[in-house]
Amino acid sequence: MSETIKKFLYVNRKAPYGTIYAQESLEVVLIGAAFDQDVSLAFLDDGVFQLTKGQNTKEIGLKNFSATYRALGDYEVTKLYVEKESLEERGLTLDDLQNIEYEDEDDDYAEKPSIRLVTRAEMADVMADQDVVLSF
Amino acid sequence: MGTLHTVNKSPFQNQTLLSCLAHVKDGDAVLMIEDGVYGATTGTAVSDALAKISADVSLYVLGPDLAARGIDAGRIAEAVNSVDYEGFVDLAATHDRVHNWL
Repeated sequence: MSETIKKFLYVNRKAPYGTIYAQESLEVVLIGAAFDQDVSLAFLDDGVFQLTKGQNTKEIGLKNFSATYRALGDYEVTKLYVEKESLEERGLTLDDLQNIEYEDEDDDYAEKPSIRLVTRAEMADVMADQDVVLSF
Repeated sequence: MGTLHTVNKSPFQNQTLLSCLAHVKDGDAVLMIEDGVYGATTGTAVSDALAKISADVSLYVLGPDLAARGIDAGRIAEAVNSVDYEGFVDLAATHDRVHNWL
């Protein structure tokens, strides 16, 4: 396609079930994935809680959408930037997050990690490198 | 030229303003709107952080939101410039992108 590809960043700063922001962000990402743009997701502040393992919403009457993050690779959403300081402030490490992978079609469909751990300064660089920033 | 960041939450309610300030780049602009305008006054818990960053980042506050909340222009920190809605549009138009911190 000859259309210009723009860089879109979806910024996630809220924990998953207390408000609707996290789920709405994910919905918009999935819709946006149909438009063949260069999509990245950023997880910082309480947004890092969206990616934790072992979420079980059975008894709170809300949909557990955490597994959807693992499906993002199928929509060619393969860049999930996670801020190191935000994890540390919350007593978390990468081991507390789900294992999220994508199949690299340019490398014989090898499974590669989608999560990219970045420092706060690197996250600022990621944000400054975008055409469009959508914050949730 | 750089990013226009908007913040619409009071800095005394949550960390949004401080998180924004931790991710700005030199030459960016930060515009406080809605309840975010409470961060623009002098003598608060975030005054030092704003004064410090004002060397590298332009700080603005939306005048109509100040007026609505009865905040007198005299209480706005020296480093913060008040703009009207036209000024808001100009800021959005003169920056490469807008990042609305929610």
